[in-house]
Amino acid sequence: MNLPDPERLLTEMAAALDAHLAARGIAEPRFIGIRTGGVWVAQALLEARGREEALGVLDVSFYRDDFTRKGLHPQVQPSELPFEVEGQHLVLVDDVLMTGRTIRAALNELFDYGRPASVTLVALLDLNARELPIRPDVVGATLPLAPEQRVKLLGPRPLALELQTFVSAH
Amino acid sequence: MTPTYAKRPLQLNDLGQLRHFLSLDGLSKELLTEILDTADSFLEVGNRSVKKVPLLRGKTVCNVFFENSTRTRTTFELAAKRLSADVITLNVSTSSTSKGETLTDTLRNLEAMAADMFVVRHADSGAAHFIAEHVSPDVAVINGGDGRHAHPTQGMLDMLTIRRHKGDFEPLSVAIVGDILHSRVARSNMLALRTLGCRDVRVIGPKTLLPVGLEQYGVRVFTDMAEGLEDVDVVIMLRLQRERMQGGLLPSEGEFYRLYGLTTQRLALARPDAIVMHPGPINRGVEIESAVADGAQSVILNQVTYGIAIRMAVLSMAMSGQTAQRQLLAEEQK
Repeated sequence: MNLPDPERLLTEMAAALDAHLAARGIAEPRFIGIRTGGVWVAQALLEARGREEALGVLDVSFYRDDFTRKGLHPQVQPSELPFEVEGQHLVLVDDVLMTGRTIRAALNELFDYGRPASVTLVALLDLNARELPIRPDVVGATLPLAPEQRVKLLGPRPLALELQTFVSAH
Repeated sequence: MTPTYAKRPLQLNDLGQLRHFLSLDGLSKELLTEILDTADSFLEVGNRSVKKVPLLRGKTVCNVFFENSTRTRTTFELAAKRLSADVITLNVSTSSTSKGETLTDTLRNLEAMAADMFVVRHADSGAAHFIAEHVSPDVAVINGGDGRHAHPTQGMLDMLTIRRHKGDFEPLSVAIVGDILHSRVARSNMLALRTLGCRDVRVIGPKTLLPVGLEQYGVRVFTDMAEGLEDVDVVIMLRLQRERMQGGLLPSEGEFYRLYGLTTQRLALARPDAIVMHPGPINRGVEIESAVADGAQSVILNQVTYGIAIRMAVLSMAMSGQTAQRQLLAEEQK
């Protein structure tokens, strides 16, 4: 399978995001990336839009719904939001959107910081495997994968995609 | 059951993850570092407007305190609540055991309440171990201090304090001062410091309050404050535990203060940027001068804040390791 070039997708995403925000009259959104790949994509998006501003970083390990099945992620790091969430328009960025569970966790975490005015969801890739009613507002590409396939983002610069195939245990 | 299973330390699961937290003895540098890293992340949660994460939602944590405590009990309670667990605290010292119930019977009753985790404090050394050995396999046990043996969460919160204020452990000189004999904190700290690579750990106290065989911890022993404090980066003061003393270990509190009290004058022997720690409760004018306890170099109150984060880390990691072990066993049975 041919994977798209993330750097090329970013230009289109930046334009689509600008249009999306303009249509809603959002002038000064705050950007938040989900660790780790989402932070790289958010950083690249900010650069593509020619803006230098503080980027929020979210680590959703404490909010995941699979703690009772998978336990705690051993490399959990602090979330860092260098701005207020209360009343702000937020742009939440992730690299690969699959089931939607990470986004649910991220939304739960964000609301513990305050009540945002709105949240716009941006993803580089949508694997079209959603298990929750969560869809991106802006997406680089939609890429249906076989069940044993995963895609991994390499970064931070240049961004590249890598296809991984898992051999099933059964 | 394979022989390796029998040899596996009680507090780790088959994947080497924390399952109970009983003592720092036998835990690797990597595991201790993971606890500190996780606690760092929980510290950030403590600064939010909503100081709570949903990690242990639906779990029940039972604080079983056979011995009095305020700081440890409340910070464990707060830690469990910030992880969204349901918490009950039993002061057993004032209830059933005084009516003649055995430790095992008390435990069976608590298990029947479907607790997922016990935080145990007991005046007898080894009590937490005993409970971990006899508790149902679904329950994780955390040692909140047992006799003179260990106080591993205090040890780890002291390590977090040192790391946040002084950075890397290796080049530091750390002095532990006072009533070493009765101190489970001293034991946990010596173990943690050596495991984390601290090369110069010193222990200072009067001969009557120094246990025999201290050298096995890889520490240097001093009976003179001036010698021991020279150029240290960290001073950990211990409380003089008069309630555990029988007979004449000390002439008087005044005498102890004259020889081993941490005064402004004595602190000047340490490095100018040295930090002063104390597990609390502090006895002003017995082991520490008020001006030092409240001074710019004191991080005693920071320790309390870090204690909550460390306890959140340990509770969530042990629950995580317990879950992983249960899944392993379930897969083996398939």
